[in-house]
Amino acid sequence: MSKPVEHDYIGLSEQPLPSMEKRSGDTNAEKSGLRLKDTELRLGLPGSESPEREDRDQNVLSLKSFVSGAKRGFSDALDGGGKWVFAGGSGGGSEGLFSPRRGGNNNEGNDLSGSDSGLKDGVAPKPLVVQEKKSQVAAGNGNTAPASKAQVVGWPPIRSFRKNTMASHPPKNDDNAEAKFGSGCLYVKVSMDGAPYLRKVDLKIYGGYKELSSALEKMFSCFTIGQCGSHGVSSRDGLSESRLKDLLHGSEYVLTYEDKDGDWMLVGDVPWEMFTNCCKRLRIMKSTEAIGLAPRAMEKCKNRT
Amino acid sequence: MHKKMAFSFPDEVLEHVFSFIQSDKDRNSVSLVCKSWYEIERWCRRKVFVGNCYAVSPRMVIKRFPEFRSIELKGKPHFADFNLVPDGWGGYVFPWIVEMAGAVPWLEEIKLKRMVVTDESLELIAKSFKNFKVLILSSCEGFSTDGLAAIAASCKNLKELDLRDCEVDDLSGHWLSHFPDTYTSLVALNISCLGSDEVSLSALERLVGRCTSLKTLRLNRAVPLDKVANILRRAPQLVEFGTGTYAAELRPDVYSDFAGAFSSCKELKSLSGFWDVVPDYLPAIYPVCSKLTSLNLSYATIQSPELIKLVSHCPNLQRLLVLDYIEDSGLEALASSCKDLQELRVFPSDPFGVEPNVSLTEQGLVAVSSGCPKLQSVLYFCRRMSNEALVTVAKNCPNFTRFRLCIIEPRTADYLTLEPLDVGFGAIVQYCKDLQRLSLSGLLTDRVFEYIGTYAKKLEMLSVAFAGDSDLGLHHVLSGCESLRKLEIRDCPFGDKALLANAAKLETMRSLWMSSCAVSFGACKLLAQKMPRLNVEVIDERGPPDSRPESCSVDKLYIYRTVAGSRFDMPPFVWTMEDDPSLQLS
Repeated sequence: MSKPVEHDYIGLSEQPLPSMEKRSGDTNAEKSGLRLKDTELRLGLPGSESPEREDRDQNVLSLKSFVSGAKRGFSDALDGGGKWVFAGGSGGGSEGLFSPRRGGNNNEGNDLSGSDSGLKDGVAPKPLVVQEKKSQVAAGNGNTAPASKAQVVGWPPIRSFRKNTMASHPPKNDDNAEAKFGSGCLYVKVSMDGAPYLRKVDLKIYGGYKELSSALEKMFSCFTIGQCGSHGVSSRDGLSESRLKDLLHGSEYVLTYEDKDGDWMLVGDVPWEMFTNCCKRLRIMKSTEAIGLAPRAMEKCKNRT
Repeated sequence: MHKKMAFSFPDEVLEHVFSFIQSDKDRNSVSLVCKSWYEIERWCRRKVFVGNCYAVSPRMVIKRFPEFRSIELKGKPHFADFNLVPDGWGGYVFPWIVEMAGAVPWLEEIKLKRMVVTDESLELIAKSFKNFKVLILSSCEGFSTDGLAAIAASCKNLKELDLRDCEVDDLSGHWLSHFPDTYTSLVALNISCLGSDEVSLSALERLVGRCTSLKTLRLNRAVPLDKVANILRRAPQLVEFGTGTYAAELRPDVYSDFAGAFSSCKELKSLSGFWDVVPDYLPAIYPVCSKLTSLNLSYATIQSPELIKLVSHCPNLQRLLVLDYIEDSGLEALASSCKDLQELRVFPSDPFGVEPNVSLTEQGLVAVSSGCPKLQSVLYFCRRMSNEALVTVAKNCPNFTRFRLCIIEPRTADYLTLEPLDVGFGAIVQYCKDLQRLSLSGLLTDRVFEYIGTYAKKLEMLSVAFAGDSDLGLHHVLSGCESLRKLEIRDCPFGDKALLANAAKLETMRSLWMSSCAVSFGACKLLAQKMPRLNVEVIDERGPPDSRPESCSVDKLYIYRTVAGSRFDMPPFVWTMEDDPSLQLS
C-alpha cells in the first residue's frame, strides 16, 4: 500500500468568498455574476491529481481529512488515460453560479462575455446537437453498426420510458440488435447527498468519464453554492451559513454508481463502455460514506477478470 | 334585486340544472352570466381542472370552489416528455395537497399529469381524505413504492390507482401487501410503469381475487406469462388487461393454461403490455380479439406477418398502438380489416438508426386514411413523406381532430419533388376543419404557417420543430389561430418581433414554449414588463441571462398566463423577468 497522499478535494482560496462581502439580500449583485472562482467543488477520485491543483495547493484554505489507503488508484482503468476529476469550473459562457475553469482538462476557454457558443463538448448552439454517436459494436459480433449521425436532444420526440424499454431489450430476431439498441440513449438518475432533487443524465452522450464529470459538476455545483428550495422558497441570495460551513470544512464528494447487481461502486473502475452498460444510477456521495465501497470494488473487479 | 332578474328561480333549482353541466368550458360560461349564477355555480362545481398548476394558487381554487371533490392538475410543459425540461424545474404537487388536506377533507379524486409527487405527498393524501377514491398519476415522478404502500394501507374506499408512464422508485415489491385483507373495492389498477423489480405475485393474486369489481388491470413487465393465468382466472370480469412480459418457454402445458385462462375473460375490450413477445403465444388471444376495441402493441417486437394475422382477427378495433414493424403491408391489412378504426399510433422501432430498418413509408398512412373512414387521431413516425400523400390523407380524412406526423430526420423534404412539405400540411389544415392538435415535421418554410394561420381556426395545440424561415412564420400562427391554447416550438428561427407584436395573444393562451430559437433576453424583459399577467420564465443552464448581452438569445423560454404571480419554487436555472429583485424573496 502506498503512502497515503493528501488530496485537496475542495480548493478554497485564502481570499474571502465574494458573497460574504455582499449583503445577502442583494440579489442584483448576485445575479450579475457571483465571482465564485475561488470556490471550486472538486471531486477527485482516489489516486487522481488534478493538474490545476499544483498551482493552487498554497491557496488551499482547508483540507479535508482524507481517508487514506482505502481508496485505490484507478487511472489505469480509465478510457484513453488521463485524469478524471470532478473539478470546479465550466465552459465558456457560463458564469455566476458556475466557476470558470483555469486551464485544465477541458478545452473551453474562459470567455465569459456572453457569446452564444457557451455549450461545450462538441455541442453546437442551434440545434442542440449532443455529439457524434460512436459506432456501436456488438459484443463478439464481427459486424460494426453503420456510423450514425449526430443525435439531437429530445428528437425524435419519444418518451424516455419507451426509449429505455426498447434499448434494454432488443428484439430477439435481430442479429444487429445489440448494435441498434445499444444506440439511443440511456437516462440514469443522479442524486447528490444534500441536494433537493435528482437530475437525469443520458450516459450515451458522453465520450468518457471526463465529459461525464464535467457535466455533473456543472449540474450540481449550484447545490453547493446556491440555495435551492424544493417545496419552499428558492433564494438566490448567496450562500447560507450551513452551506458555507460544509465548504469550509471541505466536505468532499465522490461519484458512485449502482450497477446491475444492485451494488454501489466507485465510478472509474471499469472501461467506459462497460460502465455505461451496467450503470443503473449515479450518486454523488460524501466520501465519508464511501469508505466501504473500495474493497468491494476491488473484489468485483477481480471476479470479472 | 337579482333574484327578480332571474325570474325568482330558487337557487336549488338552478343548482340542479347546473348539475347536468359537466364540461368545464360550459361551467365557465355559466358563471359569467350574472353574479348570482356565478355564486351558485361555484358552490356546486364538483370537478376542477387546472391546466397549468402555476396559473392559479391552491388557495384561490379552494376559495372559489369550496366543495369540489375532484381535481385535475397539470405541471410541466409537454416537452418535458422529451427531456427538454431540466430536472428540478418544478411542478410540485405537495403545496396543493397541503392546502386541500385542510380545506377539502371530502376530496375523492386527484388526477395529476407531469407533476412531481413525493412520498410525503402520497402519505398526506392517504392520511387526509377519508373518502379518497381515485388517484391517477400520468407521467409523474418523485415517489417510490413506499408512498404507494401508504395509499394502499389507508385508502379504504380506493377504486382507482393508475400510474401511467410514471417513474417510480421501486424499493419493494411488497407495497401491494399493504392493501388490507378487508379491502375489496378496487376497480382499476395500472402498474405497468413499475420497473423490472419483482412485484409480490401472491399479494397480487389475493388482491385480484377479493376485488370482484376489478375491471382494469395493467401489469408490469416483471410479471411472467406463466403466472398470468392464475391472475386471469381470478378476474374473468376484466374489461381492460395489460400483460406483463409476453415471453415464456414454449411448453404446451404452459400455453394451454394461459390460453384457457384468457378465453375465460369474455368481457375483454382492451389489451396492452406484450413486452418481449414470443410469437407462438399470440394465438392465445385470438378468442378475445373479435371484441377488442383497443390494442396497444407498441412494445411488442413482432414482425409484420404476425401483426397482420393479429389485426385481421380484430374487426371492431377502434384504437391501435403499434411499432413500425407493421410496415406498409400491415397497415394495408389494417385498413381492410378494421373499418371502425379511430386512432392509430405508429412508433419507431429504431429511431436513431440512419437507414430505415423497416418498410414503413407514407404509403401505409395513405392506406389507412383511405380504408378507415372514422379515423380521427393519428401519431405517425416515418422516414419519408410527400405533399401528394399528405393531400390525399387530408382529403380522405376531413374528420381529423389530432394529426401528429414525425418524419424522423429533421428538415426532410418531399422525397418525390424535393420541395418543402408546406402544401401537404396546408391541405391538412384546410380540409380538416375540426383539427385540434397538430405536430409538424419535415422541411417547412414560413408558408406552412401562413396556411395554418389562415385555416386552422379550431387548432388548440401546435408543436413545431426545425421549421420556418423568419418571424413571419410565428406571426402567422399567433395572429391567425383563434383557438390556440398551447404552442411549443423548438429549433426555429423565430425571434423577438413576432413575439412582441403578438404579446396580447399570449394572455389568451395557456402557454408558449420556445427553445433553441432566437428570442433575446431583452425581448423577454420587455414582454414581462408589458404583460404583468404573464409569467415569462427563462430556462438557461449557462448561468444568469443578464451576465450576457441583452441581445443574446435565451436557451429556453416558457411563458404562461397566471393570476398567481411569479412562482416561488424556481430552481437556480430558471429566471423570471422581475425588475425588482426583492419581489423574488417574498
